[in-house]
Amino acid sequence: MTFLSNQYRPSNILGAKPQHLSERSLWKRFHIDPFLLTALLILTGMGLAILYSASNGNKDLVMQQIIRLGLAYVVMIIVAQISPDKFKLWVPWVFIAGVLLLIAVFVAGDIGKGARRWLDLGFIRFQPSEIMKLAIPIFLAWYLQERSLPPTYRHLMACALIIAIPVGLTAIEPDLGTAIMLACAGACVLFLSGIGWRLIIVLFALAAAATPLLWYKMHDYQRQRVLTFLNPESDPLGAGYHIIQSKIAIGSGGIFGKGWLQGTQSHLNFLPEHATDFIFGVCGEEFGLVGGTILISAFMLIVGRGLYISMQAQDTFTRLVAGGLSMAFFFSMFINIGMVTGILPVVGVPLPLVSYGGTSMVTLMASFGIIMSIHTHRKLLA
Amino acid sequence: MKKHSFRPFLAYDDKWRVRFLLALLFLTMLVLLARIVYLTVYERTFLLKQGNARTVRVIDIPAHRGMILDRNHQPLAISTPVYSVWIDPHQFSLQDTQIPALANLLQESIKQIQATINDKSKSDFVYLKRQLSPDIADQIKALHIPGIYFQQNYKRYYPEADAVAPLLGMTNIDDQGQEGLELAYNNLLQGVPGKERVLVDLYGHVVAVQGIVQPARPGHNLILSIDHRIQYLAYSVLSKAVADNKAESGSIVIMDIKTGEILAMVNAPSYNPNTRPKYRNNNYRNLAVTDQFEPGSTMKTFAVANALDNGKYNANTMVDTNPGWMILNGHRVQDEENLGNINVTTILQRSSNMGITKLTLSMPPNSLWNLLHKEGFGQSTHSGFPGEALGSLVKPRKWSDIALATLSFGYGVSATMLQLTQAYAMIGNEGVKHPVSLLKIDKPSASEPVLKKKVAIELINIMQSVTAKGGSGFPARIPGYNVAGKTGTAWIMGAHGYERKHFNALFIGIVPASKPRIVAAIVIKDPQAGHHQGGQVAAPVFSEVMTAVLRDLNIPPDDLTQKGKPDEIKPVVPKPH
Repeated sequence: MTFLSNQYRPSNILGAKPQHLSERSLWKRFHIDPFLLTALLILTGMGLAILYSASNGNKDLVMQQIIRLGLAYVVMIIVAQISPDKFKLWVPWVFIAGVLLLIAVFVAGDIGKGARRWLDLGFIRFQPSEIMKLAIPIFLAWYLQERSLPPTYRHLMACALIIAIPVGLTAIEPDLGTAIMLACAGACVLFLSGIGWRLIIVLFALAAAATPLLWYKMHDYQRQRVLTFLNPESDPLGAGYHIIQSKIAIGSGGIFGKGWLQGTQSHLNFLPEHATDFIFGVCGEEFGLVGGTILISAFMLIVGRGLYISMQAQDTFTRLVAGGLSMAFFFSMFINIGMVTGILPVVGVPLPLVSYGGTSMVTLMASFGIIMSIHTHRKLLA
Repeated sequence: MKKHSFRPFLAYDDKWRVRFLLALLFLTMLVLLARIVYLTVYERTFLLKQGNARTVRVIDIPAHRGMILDRNHQPLAISTPVYSVWIDPHQFSLQDTQIPALANLLQESIKQIQATINDKSKSDFVYLKRQLSPDIADQIKALHIPGIYFQQNYKRYYPEADAVAPLLGMTNIDDQGQEGLELAYNNLLQGVPGKERVLVDLYGHVVAVQGIVQPARPGHNLILSIDHRIQYLAYSVLSKAVADNKAESGSIVIMDIKTGEILAMVNAPSYNPNTRPKYRNNNYRNLAVTDQFEPGSTMKTFAVANALDNGKYNANTMVDTNPGWMILNGHRVQDEENLGNINVTTILQRSSNMGITKLTLSMPPNSLWNLLHKEGFGQSTHSGFPGEALGSLVKPRKWSDIALATLSFGYGVSATMLQLTQAYAMIGNEGVKHPVSLLKIDKPSASEPVLKKKVAIELINIMQSVTAKGGSGFPARIPGYNVAGKTGTAWIMGAHGYERKHFNALFIGIVPASKPRIVAAIVIKDPQAGHHQGGQVAAPVFSEVMTAVLRDLNIPPDDLTQKGKPDEIKPVVPKPH
């Protein structure tokens, strides 16, 4: 089924020296990508330090996060052991289960902060939309792997439906931020599948044309957020409060920041949601421009490595999965930091691997497990 | 076949697309970083200012109010730290599990707390209770109830309580002087509040003190001329006298003749400033300074002084007071009995209206008024006491005989106790007047001769006859000391003229007469227990107070002819507080 012949692959990077590969490094044996692991450890380590400060030195809270992280790393390592070929077989079921869970949320979900986003299974409480961040790119990749690429319009319609169902279910929770991210992740997979540039332009045009409709369909608070984003100072005590406070936190940090645990805006509770969605504000206030740059760089290393692995992938499925998952991770980071720094409207999206929270941590690390698996299960090419 | 033809293009485009994403990635990273640079570098000053505007506050540090001390540095008014508890009703909930403990500490019922909040439930700031001791405040702090805040203030405490209350006045709940010397010297006492920079959190709690912008400058201490022992002694004797005589009120002023310092200024009934009565009443007033009245016979001393000063009379000059009465301008002037032909000394000793009138009418008409004016009647003593009455000393365009006569025996003129005390102190000070001082001084700031020294000394001798056997002020005598003085029994002017059954009973005395040191003036207003004469009501108070004062001040006796055994002197020991 492979349609990419070896001659078009970059042969001089990893796959070119079979004698080395035959020795099989320890990393390779355990299917761990050391580069990605290092970048992840740097990011999560920084994240814990920031969270410790953001939680006002709440050791219990940080310990919970450490336990979650540990669990997530274990999940990542386990997932990395599963070869993409075996993994491929589960993909449709995972996607269908995810959609069913989203429907379950719609029917019987728990309400938190005004939105029905949570599903309580008794022993665990999680957001099924987080699972879809994995499921959409993977299922799209699975769907497209056997089709000729670029996909025909018929297949594109099918893909559009695959994206639209979970995105729609998430949007009505309502969780606009996550819905946008899911759509972006799906769009990235389609982009990587090679759809024509003309089509891309047409789609962008259509999206722009649909904006008024989207506006019409939005909840009042969502509209307010967009208006506030355009002019936060119009309502500094109400809707604009979050943006103004986070800009103050970041700006007052300056180039080198006020120092760890020294941030006044976060510690004195002026920065809202400073342990979750607005945790980047704490980073900016305490570590300044330098800390923000390092944190963003860590994100970029991870995403870049993911895309590199995508480039190195040996078949369409793994290539699209690695690319789609990396881009989904990138979008969560970009939307969050864009929101906190005030270049994007406020949508409730946490900063991946740094914000305090559970489900996203495990699913994200599972996705890195998949990426590692893709890279370490490559067949030796002669 | 179609498929195959696409492959090379796809493979190329495929890598290109990933690179495109990588480029996009790099670009977005630059966008984010550019935004952060914009915030942290370009907008930093503004955002830092905004941040500080949210977290940094400059608040007042209360300044410690200065103490009021007596002349021996005994504290009369002290500021002690207290705490006010206030709540933000938006954050405070009566459902809190600690509310019963709070109510218990505040000594209020939960209903009372609820009522306090309900009155101002829309406010952000409601005092729950003020002036709590630091101990109670600490216990409330330990309850950690959300929405409860504390403020440090000072509360005034008056160790001598009611003995000095009308003189010192009081401060309000914000530690500002409201009455009396607390008001008069408020600027000196209050100090300047400092300022400190603090960090507050979202709820306005002060979480840290960053630094002191300006230290609080404590107020200055005020050292009064008052001697707290004499003050207390005078107050306790006066209180008893007012009660025993069923009088409306009474005042005593005791002055150091040599310096013009007030050693004691008491009024009864008084009030306890530490348990601040809710409603104000007359007891708050320092009657010795704020009340003016017609001094009656105590003014006769000055009519005699006027006669002596003129040189026409001496102590033994005979005056015919027969038949004990006369008519002046249609008004009758009379003595209680016909005293016949008497000398000047006897006129004062027996307080003869006839004699005084005859002395005064034989003088130039303006001379008595001039003397009284020089002594300070009708003018401020410049004691600095808020609400000091000036009294009145009217000078008619043309003196009628009856106007002169009534002036000579103390009607148609009004004065305060302080003015009378100062005028008598002038006599004791060999005719030299000193300004009155409520503050401790080393020597008088000014002196003004009013009477010739010879006249003053002769007057003292004449005044000694008042307390001698047969004098109106006999009960004022003090074993071992010669007392010069004058009694007074003056009708009280009511709404419809003089009220026949209401009198001010007065006695003003100078001791020791041979070497005057102290003058004390006593008034008992409207005694209703039988006696109403100055000699019977006020003179015994003088004796009792001054007996102890002279001993306390260690003033040697000047009359060794009287056999005053020390045992006979009842010690008056101020009770400990």
